[in-house]
Amino acid sequence: MNIESKNNEAILSAANNLRWEIGENFHDTLMESIYSNASSITKRAVTLPAEKETLSWEKTVDKILTSRYTGFPIMFLILGVVFWLTIEGANVPSGLIASLLLDTIHPLLKGFSASIGIPFWLDGVLIDGAYLAMAWVVSVMLPPMMIFFPLFTLLEDFGYLPRVSFNMDSIYRRVGAHGKQALTMAMGFGCNAAGVVATRVIDSPRERIIAIITNNFSLCNGRWPTQILIATIFIGSAVPAYIAGIVSAAAVVFIAVLGIVFSLVVSWGLSKSVLKGEASAFSLELPPYRPPRILQTLYTSLIDRTIFVLWRAVVFAVPAGVVIWFVGNVTIGGESMANIFINWINPFAIIIGLNGVIFLAYIIAIPANEIVIPSILMLTVANLGLAGVGAGSGVMFELDSVIDTANILTTGGWTLLTGINLMIFSLLHNPCSTTIYTIFKETKSAKWTLVSTFLPIVMGLVVTFFVAQIWRLIAGY
Amino acid sequence: MNMNANACETCPVHNTGNLKRLGIDMSNFDFVVALAGNPNTGKSTVFNNLTGLKQHTGNWPGKTVSRAEGGFAYNNLKFKLVDLPGTYSLLSTSTDEEVARDFILFGQPDVTVVVVDATRLERNLNLALQILEITDRVVLCLNLMDEAERHQIKIDERMLSKDLGIPVIPVVARYNKGMNEILNSIYEVATGKFVCKPYRIKSSSMELNYAVEKLSKMLLEEFPNLPNVKWVALRLLEGDQSVIDSIRNGELGRIYKVEQTKSELEQVV
Repeated sequence: MNIESKNNEAILSAANNLRWEIGENFHDTLMESIYSNASSITKRAVTLPAEKETLSWEKTVDKILTSRYTGFPIMFLILGVVFWLTIEGANVPSGLIASLLLDTIHPLLKGFSASIGIPFWLDGVLIDGAYLAMAWVVSVMLPPMMIFFPLFTLLEDFGYLPRVSFNMDSIYRRVGAHGKQALTMAMGFGCNAAGVVATRVIDSPRERIIAIITNNFSLCNGRWPTQILIATIFIGSAVPAYIAGIVSAAAVVFIAVLGIVFSLVVSWGLSKSVLKGEASAFSLELPPYRPPRILQTLYTSLIDRTIFVLWRAVVFAVPAGVVIWFVGNVTIGGESMANIFINWINPFAIIIGLNGVIFLAYIIAIPANEIVIPSILMLTVANLGLAGVGAGSGVMFELDSVIDTANILTTGGWTLLTGINLMIFSLLHNPCSTTIYTIFKETKSAKWTLVSTFLPIVMGLVVTFFVAQIWRLIAGY
Repeated sequence: MNMNANACETCPVHNTGNLKRLGIDMSNFDFVVALAGNPNTGKSTVFNNLTGLKQHTGNWPGKTVSRAEGGFAYNNLKFKLVDLPGTYSLLSTSTDEEVARDFILFGQPDVTVVVVDATRLERNLNLALQILEITDRVVLCLNLMDEAERHQIKIDERMLSKDLGIPVIPVVARYNKGMNEILNSIYEVATGKFVCKPYRIKSSSMELNYAVEKLSKMLLEEFPNLPNVKWVALRLLEGDQSVIDSIRNGELGRIYKVEQTKSELEQVV
């Protein structure tokens, strides 16, 4: 044992000595040998076309997509078109699904449970809580997802996302973050937990922590539907109907870009304060454009994204529905727990242009951003006494489209400001519990997990506060 | 030698009937196969084709950052397939590269399939050459042949195979072309029917060659069964902590001394 370890140490010390002898540029020498070997092997086996002009259309496209002048406008345009198609296209199917699940099946379930005499609380928990929450999730989220995800996946397959990263790269480096953060940011547009895992491509721990903390500023799958719906209801209705779709799409693009701006600002702040250091260099390869395989893309975006996100939403919505029913129906001193909380937080929430219902919904929705909107709707209905145990639930079932969703919210005292601030707060709040857990697993640090969790909330509260104050100054109330 | 010529129609291994996609069932496998390659060369697509799993794929470097595992059976032998993160080299220290390197070095896969982009062969070979330093049993999967054709790039895969000393199989993974030939090569290399004579990196630096030689000699005295002694020497010269640790605690010796059992392998990785 001793002899063996002595020999091993001898090898290590010999390695140390030799390292000095071969000098500092050893790594470069080695890389050079590898490169020249690869080059000579390639020369023997590969015949390139006589003229290299065959690649030219790709080069032209790349020049336009990544140009200093046209790169960003094109990015905004492409994102805008995707959202516009989603917003315009989702209305009709959304209404159809809602009328089926809410107007037809729900009364049937209620009737059935009444006929076999299920106790009122069980009926409430299962049908008004769990089932309604699920129905809301499906009808509010499924149609936009079925349009948005395939479009987004097509962009991804075509090879557009790396071009976005390429455009962003120099900006990220200028704020002291790693250029690859642009890649992980783009990943975060799909799912923040995935984006956080993707930061493994960044080798410097300092830059990796920055990328992890700021990944939450990429709107994720769970939050796109919230943005799209609220933009449609509040922004779209504030402008003439014929430009409603375009304006609401522009609003969603604006929030997404705002997220990128916040990620840059926060990266800059971190790299100038607690995570000081220089940005390290790296090379980003632009993958070739590949014609998307349409059918396969539709299939994978349906399976990987739509069904996955929907399933997650349903899984989290069912218990959330039960919780919502409980807080709405368990009373303390004659008032429901939900009302007590909402009334308690309302004065503060109103100051920052939100309301108590939104706060409660965000607490209930910590496990998954997907259920924020359904929670808000159910809580608003419950809070207004529109639905309750047995009787008042009627109003809920008359809803069957975005317009009716809007009616509930305006009855609940929502204004354009509430809509705008909800969009901002949806961008700037804590990551979902899955992402928080992933951050902890990746950083193995309670401190950075806490920072990643609370920094966005504080920013959200500050930003919505200022938006509300400015709004009220201008609107004059 | 290579059985990937056109005459394959009559070959018994031609039809996919011999491939059984086992998905995540990896019990009692006979061989471990690693999938390595540069980012965005289609490793995950090859992985999905062979295992029947649905790993997310995308035109997007850095899609896979951790290992994905699946299984398949071919000619009644069971293979465990490990999809490694895409890396440009095995010489730096980011987590994704470490995952790939440690698996090839310590996990001792029976076969390593290096997926390369046929349109960017030279750059992709940089990684392939580094892998050939670590392990002998390699199959080169020349993916994206359709794109190479579109760009009028011609590749003499026989010459490449001869120079590298390993099977070279042109495929179009997106359209499932060439998968039988890949399977057959994996099978042949794993069972020893094809014996690789891997190309080794030649360096022109005298100092480097001397240092590597000296360290290799010392290493071989201590670990006589080390198959990739030159690579270990290079890593030591570079001061690679995980290799230093594995020498200090004798782990390096243990890995290569005895035939490994499954549980040991899982402990190491």
